Amino acid sequence: MIDIELLETPLSVDACLRNVQNVEAGGIDIFVGTVRNQTKGKKVLRLEFEAYAPMAISEMKKIAERAQQKWPVKRIAIHHRIGTLQIGEIAVIIAVATPHRKASFEACQFAIDTLKETVPIWKKEIFEDGEVWVAAHP
Amino acid sequence: MKIQILAFGIAKDIVGGTTLDFEIPEGTNVAQLKRQLQKDYPSFTELTSLAIAINSEYAQDEQQISERDEVVLIPPVSGG
Repeated sequence: MIDIELLETPLSVDACLRNVQNVEAGGIDIFVGTVRNQTKGKKVLRLEFEAYAPMAISEMKKIAERAQQKWPVKRIAIHHRIGTLQIGEIAVIIAVATPHRKASFEACQFAIDTLKETVPIWKKEIFEDGEVWVAAHP
Repeated sequence: MKIQILAFGIAKDIVGGTTLDFEIPEGTNVAQLKRQLQKDYPSFTELTSLAIAINSEYAQDEQQISERDEVVLIPPVSGG
């Protein structure tokens, strides 16, 4: 089962955990990405995320399907937040349930690494003296 | 033919809005569209990458664009 969400409201680790719990899964790995207070020593005030929503959802589904092909994934949840996020808030949650732990770690790492490469979501860091679209320039 | 292009992230800042009306010759492919955009908006050449999505899928350079396609500028993504 695949659970994909792109939400403007705060994300819930409990909801992701609940959605992947399964009697056939002996291991659940959860990655939680949060908003850091600085980048290269510069104080970050907040982040703004935007997405090309229909494609972001379909690309997240593709990642979940690829994870299911590569590992014995019973259930996987990928929830991503958009809009304005304050320091410490959760930007992304990935939860993966597999029969044994090793596959859950590997599939979860694959999912977050691939999400950062392919899913059309953009974040802007707001500093005290300006703002920057992350990763836009070399 | 006239197409409407959607822009997100830094691409939105470069073209000055979330949509861009753009005139291209019939049969234009993705690589040609990118070259034209980079000519009209040189800031695109400074980005780490620039991808084009057509109808919510990443498009290959040789894919031709038709009038009814939803064409979207995808600057370097930074989710997570």
